[in-house]
Amino acid sequence: MNVSEKRLAVIAGNPNSGKTTLFNALTGLRQKVGNYAGVTVERKEGVFKTNGAEWKLIDLPGAYSLAARSPEETIARKALRGEMDDLPKPSLAIIVVDASNLDRNLYLATQILNMGVPSVIALNMMDQAEIAGAQIDADTLAAQLGVPVVPMVATRGEGIEELKAATENGASEPPMRPWRLDDESEAALSYVSAALRRVHEEASDAELDSEAVRLVSGADSEAAAASDEAPAPAVKRAVDEARSALSENGHTPETFEAQARHQWIRSVTAPAVKHAVGRSENALLSRSDRIDSVLTHRILGPLILLAAALLAFQAVFSWASIPMDWINAGVSALGSFVGGWMPEGALRGLIVDGVIAGVGSVVIFLPQILFLFFFIGLLEDTGYMARAAFMMDRFMRGMGLHGNAFIPLLSSFACAIPGIMATRTISEPKDRLATILIAPLMACSARLPVYALLIAAFIPGSAWVKSLSLTGLYLLGVLAAMAMAFLFKKTFLRGEAAPLILELPPYRLPSWRTLFFRLWDRSGEFIKRAGGMILAATILLWFMASYPKLSAEAEAVYETRLAGAQSETETAQIENDRAAAAVSNSFAARFGKWTEPALRPLGFDWKIGVGVIFSFAAREVFVGAMGTIYGVGKADEDASSLQERLQGAVWEDGGNKGEPIYTLPTAVALLLFYVFALQCVSTVAIMRRETNSWRWPAFAWIYMFVLAYGFAWIGRAAVSAFI
Amino acid sequence: MKTVHPLSELKPGESGVIARIDGSQLRLRLMERGLLPGERVQTLKRAPLGDPIELALEGFRISIRKQEAKRIFVVREDESK
Repeated sequence: MNVSEKRLAVIAGNPNSGKTTLFNALTGLRQKVGNYAGVTVERKEGVFKTNGAEWKLIDLPGAYSLAARSPEETIARKALRGEMDDLPKPSLAIIVVDASNLDRNLYLATQILNMGVPSVIALNMMDQAEIAGAQIDADTLAAQLGVPVVPMVATRGEGIEELKAATENGASEPPMRPWRLDDESEAALSYVSAALRRVHEEASDAELDSEAVRLVSGADSEAAAASDEAPAPAVKRAVDEARSALSENGHTPETFEAQARHQWIRSVTAPAVKHAVGRSENALLSRSDRIDSVLTHRILGPLILLAAALLAFQAVFSWASIPMDWINAGVSALGSFVGGWMPEGALRGLIVDGVIAGVGSVVIFLPQILFLFFFIGLLEDTGYMARAAFMMDRFMRGMGLHGNAFIPLLSSFACAIPGIMATRTISEPKDRLATILIAPLMACSARLPVYALLIAAFIPGSAWVKSLSLTGLYLLGVLAAMAMAFLFKKTFLRGEAAPLILELPPYRLPSWRTLFFRLWDRSGEFIKRAGGMILAATILLWFMASYPKLSAEAEAVYETRLAGAQSETETAQIENDRAAAAVSNSFAARFGKWTEPALRPLGFDWKIGVGVIFSFAAREVFVGAMGTIYGVGKADEDASSLQERLQGAVWEDGGNKGEPIYTLPTAVALLLFYVFALQCVSTVAIMRRETNSWRWPAFAWIYMFVLAYGFAWIGRAAVSAFI
Repeated sequence: MKTVHPLSELKPGESGVIARIDGSQLRLRLMERGLLPGERVQTLKRAPLGDPIELALEGFRISIRKQEAKRIFVVREDESK
């Protein structure tokens, strides 16, 4: 069957209604994740089969209404109306409704029905509804709503076959808006529909009616006006008239729909729902409240959150390092295997030091991503994430952010890549962008080797002073992040402060299946989207470091020296000298020398410049790069030989020729530089991916460079004055 | 005559019936989420740092900041009888 012949079905529903679980249950691994064009809203797409047909399935973003203020709501509405450029009008909407919170979920559901989209209602979480004490008669509900209603428990796969059968039978078009206002108001609304009819000739009556309701209730909303094409003048006039007609008849234009719809929903659910016990007793919620009496307790709550955060941090920071070491070992074993097997030459260099090392630098992130998203998935699926946001909101608001920015920022201490990917839980676009922009200021684990090397070598004093310096560097990053977030939110990311309306869903057991899919998605996406860029950048850096080769005469000198070497140590020393000479001759070194005038005010020589450039592949590369440049062979951050070399390094030219390069002020400047500089190609790649443009990674790189340079300069000057 | 109080004045454990919500945009957002005039609402607790607050409504729990709670007016449960 041809792709274009597949009919399109969409899944719509409130956040927390189990949409994604149902999507996974229907599509299995035949799915892919992307973005909607031009926005950062995630788009999941897959295929599934019923007996007679194959369907393309799109998981629409979770929404509470189609009033279209947030990007999620706008996309859901446009997709349902067939207004997305790359999607046909859906043949079917599968509307997921949380049975344990029926009335509230039916708000969005009936808005979709009233648009005239053929629909099936997936009445999910029937088990939860039962705990909550509600017996729902699906047939009665179906008769009331005019579309099939399939009771199900998506996490256990119950009701999936029935849902497929209902899908196959093809849902009939649902009835038009069943709730009505007084005659005069209705007449005014139908004028709006008639005006719309002249613009949209082929639209159905139901579509026009629901659009009329939306326009009348939202016409004065600036957000709505900005996000949509302005309506035609005739439509605008009709809308204005309708608003006054409604006001005259005792309605509030903004909320008449909410009022009338809720009232109608109550009349629909009343005959369909029987409450086992008294209406006041909801075992699902009271159980959840009891858990919350501990988990969001005034004192215990923050302590438990701290413990959970430390555990997640520990997992990403230290447990993940075990598989990361395996990957490292595997990649170098593969490199030497392939290297031993290939003839020496440019191709071997490209394959071993370029491609294999490059792929390694992509795969190395996977353990951290998997560990972090395992924890985040667990926290989200159980409902604890909402509590974390609840507890941290007051604190995060100091930076102009919501509580839900807490976990992504915390994750960034391990690595900004998963941290930035985790910002998807932040629904407010400006908050999300602000969080993405400050996430790289959190001291990630790649900075630690750099900090460790420089502190050990150049910060005088006891171990206590050294560990205090390390803590200070971490703290500095946090303070800078808070200040920058505050600044961004006060300037170009300022918006009307969106009110916090945070759902605290009842606690649930996580579904391992959903968790598995989440990990699958995140890692696949990272490799596909950011992997290529990281690989390309690594190869480019390899090329800059390896070319041009030393001249034949220079090589000959080393060959002669090698031939005359007396001992193994001498041979190793000559090899190291040759490597150092090769690096000094490379494009990277030329670039480093070219930038030296700019770096000199910070006390950096061109070698540091080269190390900084190399470390753009990953910050910890700085240590290895310094090792190569100073010719100490296999360098490690605590290798005392590298420390000694650095301590002995002197200026090669200029006014201070012969003086040591690594003075305390210079070391402080270098440390401060690494606190702030966005020296990580992978972070840049993931920023590009998550914001869908080069603009924001470029901005982040520049603002962080300015901070890095400024602080390094000030730090150097301050320390110089002090000693 | 029943007096209305801002929801922010309710102590944890106290409840009331929503009488009105000021600000048309806030009102719409809250109504879509089930906070409607006529609904019974109970203040469950404050977050550890004092803000936001957790509200119990029929069938769900939701959290809003005090700033928004000041614009929701309720008739206290004991006064509404």
